[in-house]
Amino acid sequence: MSSFWSIWITVLTLGTLVGCYLLLRWCLKNFAGVEEGASMGHTFDGIEELNNPLPKWWSTFFLLTIIWGFGYLLLYPGLGNFEGLLGWKSSNQGILNLSESKASVANAKESGMLVQYDREVAAADEKYGPIFEAYAAQSIETLAGNEEALKVGQRLFLQNCSQCHGSDARGTTGFPDLTDKDWLYGGSPEMIKATIMHGRKANGMMAWSAALGGEQGVKEVAAFVLSLSGREVDTTAAEAGKVKFAMCAACHGPEGKGSAEMGIPLGAPNLTDNVWLYGGSPRAVETSIANGRAGVMPAWDKILGEQKVHVISAYVYSLSQN
Amino acid sequence: MINKHEKVEKSVGLFFIFTIFAISIGGLVEITPLFFQKATTTPVDNLRPYTALEMEGRDIYIREGCNVCHSQMIRPFRAETERYGHYSVAGEGVWEHPHLWGSKRTGPDLARVGGRYSDDWHRAHLLDPRSVVPESNMPSFKWLAENTLDGELTAKKLSTFNFLTRNRSHKDEQGNAIPLYSETDIAGAKKAVKGKTEMDALIAYLQSLGHALK
Repeated sequence: MSSFWSIWITVLTLGTLVGCYLLLRWCLKNFAGVEEGASMGHTFDGIEELNNPLPKWWSTFFLLTIIWGFGYLLLYPGLGNFEGLLGWKSSNQGILNLSESKASVANAKESGMLVQYDREVAAADEKYGPIFEAYAAQSIETLAGNEEALKVGQRLFLQNCSQCHGSDARGTTGFPDLTDKDWLYGGSPEMIKATIMHGRKANGMMAWSAALGGEQGVKEVAAFVLSLSGREVDTTAAEAGKVKFAMCAACHGPEGKGSAEMGIPLGAPNLTDNVWLYGGSPRAVETSIANGRAGVMPAWDKILGEQKVHVISAYVYSLSQN
Repeated sequence: MINKHEKVEKSVGLFFIFTIFAISIGGLVEITPLFFQKATTTPVDNLRPYTALEMEGRDIYIREGCNVCHSQMIRPFRAETERYGHYSVAGEGVWEHPHLWGSKRTGPDLARVGGRYSDDWHRAHLLDPRSVVPESNMPSFKWLAENTLDGELTAKKLSTFNFLTRNRSHKDEQGNAIPLYSETDIAGAKKAVKGKTEMDALIAYLQSLGHALK
């Protein structure tokens, strides 16, 4: 803050306090020329104004607030550039990027500043840090058998993941069920962790409508795809669709078992297990084929950090292990 | 007159002037200096202007009153930063006209909602919030998917923002101000949004929130 504005604030603030004190003193004197307790000469509706002094308790409290004000301004930042004797502030404002934010935490610590937010975080780190560190040292499989860790994982899941995957982790249309054994990118602990850490952006099932020759082609492929999981379909359409499915096999595999089965992280689902991310009705499957789908899983490494993701991974992994 | 009080007590005009004087001091101390502080006028390093589509989305956010139930202000408390991310700083909001900090949280804070959910989630959630969050009491905004933008005013909005932020934009190496939008941006604004739905615009805006500090 430039010294002009610092002085501006200081003068106005202290001036106001002094002004309040002078006003109080002035009001404590009897200017009216009327004896204390006698009538001021106004009556209205039978109510008469008397020249009563300010109540003692009231003026004492007024005075105390003024003293309190001076005390506060001495201890806490309030007067322009003066930081207060306690060296207290609520947070590190004025930072321009995350590394400056981190640096200011270290700076404040070094210079003995008392940053309220930093203190809160440090206290929490001291309390919870060792717990997460201990978890981080264990494998996801081990953690998945640790009831305490799973409780922590579930809390984090409910807070951050349930909006899409549901509080029971069973997903909904467009958002995968995490409790079954059907995985778009693989269900190994490492794959689950990688998915949460870095997110997944499906390469995108493209819109096939044009390539398949319009509605008829889409219907045929849909019929074949539905037949893969043993659904009753129009066999002629399915036969025609089977030929066209060659184009789909690049991602979904020649048998339609999905990219995870082939060990390729494309996110192309298994089409033979009757699990349907975007709905399994003929209509829904046709829509998926005609218009394409591109699900996105956000990356959580920067939001939650690796240690928390590790615990969430264990929780998610545990859900499909019975 | 012995009673000096009477002068003020019996003249509404004088009383009015003294009152204005008394209550203006708070503003002079607490608000005026902020217009001239480095911390409240310098954009944070990674702040980028809204794209044309995001700008339209922002106006829809205002039109639908999203800021009435959602704040965009993460306070420096651990309980908040655990949930929402780094606390908001002044440098993130120097280009906001008007700012959408909000003062009520019926729904969660949105200051860093960008990138937290997929576009598909936002679409599902805006069409029918309870399809993804069963306990939500947010209204559905179905019409957003039906209304398309014509982009007639988009260019004007961008140049208005250039004007409003003229003293607060990033500076180049010579210290010259870089306007938020170049002439090419403004010329292409209409084309960038025309035919897009209001849903597309709003989601683009939501996905941009908080980008500068994460």
